Amino acid sequence: MGTLPKIRNKKQFTGIVYAVSIVLAILSILPFWIMIANATRSTYQIQQHAISLFPSEFLMSNLKVLTGKIFNPITGFVNSLIVSTGATFCAVYFSTLTAYALVAYDWKLRQAFFTVILAVMMIPTQVISIGFYQFMYRMHMTNNLLALILPSIAAPMTVFFMRQYMLPALNLDIVASARIDGAGEFRTFNSIVLPITKPAMATQAIFTYVSSWNSLFMPMILLTKKENYTMPIMVSLLKGDIYKTEYGAVYLALTMSVLPLLIVYFLLSKYIIAGVALGSVKE
Amino acid sequence: MSQSGKQVKSVSYAKYGYLFSIPFIVTFLIFSLYPTVFTAIIGFTDFKGVTATTFNFLKDPFANFVGIINNVTFQNSLKNTLIIWMINFIPQIGLALLLTAWFTNRSRKIRGQGAFKVLFYLPNIITAATVAILYSAIFGYPVGPVNDILASLHLINKPFDFSTDPWAAKLVVAFIQFWMWYGYTTIILISGVLGINPELFESAEIDGATPRQTFFRITLPCMRTILLFTLITSLIGGLNMFDIPKLYIWNGGPANATMTTSVFIYAQAFSGSYMYNRAAAASMIMFVIIAILSAFVFYLMRDKYESRSKKLIRMAKRANRKAKKGVAV
Repeated sequence: MGTLPKIRNKKQFTGIVYAVSIVLAILSILPFWIMIANATRSTYQIQQHAISLFPSEFLMSNLKVLTGKIFNPITGFVNSLIVSTGATFCAVYFSTLTAYALVAYDWKLRQAFFTVILAVMMIPTQVISIGFYQFMYRMHMTNNLLALILPSIAAPMTVFFMRQYMLPALNLDIVASARIDGAGEFRTFNSIVLPITKPAMATQAIFTYVSSWNSLFMPMILLTKKENYTMPIMVSLLKGDIYKTEYGAVYLALTMSVLPLLIVYFLLSKYIIAGVALGSVKE
Repeated sequence: MSQSGKQVKSVSYAKYGYLFSIPFIVTFLIFSLYPTVFTAIIGFTDFKGVTATTFNFLKDPFANFVGIINNVTFQNSLKNTLIIWMINFIPQIGLALLLTAWFTNRSRKIRGQGAFKVLFYLPNIITAATVAILYSAIFGYPVGPVNDILASLHLINKPFDFSTDPWAAKLVVAFIQFWMWYGYTTIILISGVLGINPELFESAEIDGATPRQTFFRITLPCMRTILLFTLITSLIGGLNMFDIPKLYIWNGGPANATMTTSVFIYAQAFSGSYMYNRAAAASMIMFVIIAILSAFVFYLMRDKYESRSKKLIRMAKRANRKAKKGVAV
């Protein structure tokens, strides 16, 4: 007798959970859906009905309007590709090296160094931006993409994560036997340690890549020449007056900046979600 | 770690520890520490103007700091930042906790969690600049999808301008932040629950606890550290909020309603009269606030790290004992 209402409660419970989850899922997709649909609709159609779930046939004319003005998706894409690839390589390789130094060697200042890394982990770039800009200005490195790549050699978050991963995963006996075989320390790192830490490096690479691709503040301060603009700065141009009434073109430009991310995300989502969850456990 | 470290310990290898840390240390000194110190120094000078390269220290060294603290726009931007953060964070942590309770319910497994997590997290991965402009199109006036929906539901007679009403602007910015971050928070909290010792839940079940009791008496208390961590890191992130408020409505919005501290610093330093000194002083004030909050996180994590290494040592000792007894190979 007592079990019947219980079952109904359970069914109700599941129903509510699914209803809320599905609403939230739609909320995640809908803006992008509207964006993609509107990218193919003419400005006139959008003015009549700003929302439509179905595409129209004005993609090419929107593209013509878009590229006829300052928005240049290819320049933005290439620059973002250069910066993100460079920054990701620097961050992941050198962080792994630093983490290896923290894990594999017994040196006097090791604990102090690790404490410093923990302490500077939270310092955001915004607060150092003025000094950084002035420094780069004096070095004539504004408008130089290297100014956005090189600082990522010191990525405290990544070092911290790699260290936490290495502590249990890296068997120092292997390193010791490589030594006996006469391998140099640097070669041991490159040919033995790197392959072992590949899974963690991949996770960190994804997150570094995405955050570098999306970053707006530093590039906006440093890059003043149009040919150096990264994708987020290109996107910020859409806020300008010349695109004020070109609704279709603006939606198309937004779509162009989002599509690569969407594709990468759905291909790697499993690893990305696992990486987010792992981040919390490893902290 | 320290045990196996000692096995291979050798005087001659210590130098590689220093050697391999050099790239990090050098980069940190050049690109982080030097700019930080430089920013701090600029705060005490008369350095301003787009072409300026030289500066003098002020007679009253704290003039910029006093000026910023008394600056109404700065006070306003700090207030805005906190208000927008709170409007976003309170529903965000509430929803995340609710989803966590649902998705980790032991008596009623929810299928398709993986797909839901992927979709909830999706907005977080998209360029914030794009999201901001997309939302300014979606909340567009007089034509925009939201106005379209509201009109066809007969909730409004004429289009509503979301960009001229200060509270509407704040709410939209807070909503975008919420929309971008609740998925992240949910995943973090779920993995936190999965990290709790399952024996606790089992014994609660045996004692006849309801799911509600279990959640409030076991899950929540066990998640205290992770909740505090989420709170503080979110606050630090919130204090740096830039992309969305900067691009959703240009230049601080109606009556500076969406002017956050980062937007303020950017506007001071890189537009108008290029007041580097004022912006640097504002940066340093933010730096102090964030440093205090970071100290909290640092404290939390160190605590956790220590308890984990203690656990590892205990486990190693137990394994050792077992090995001596000949139980384990």
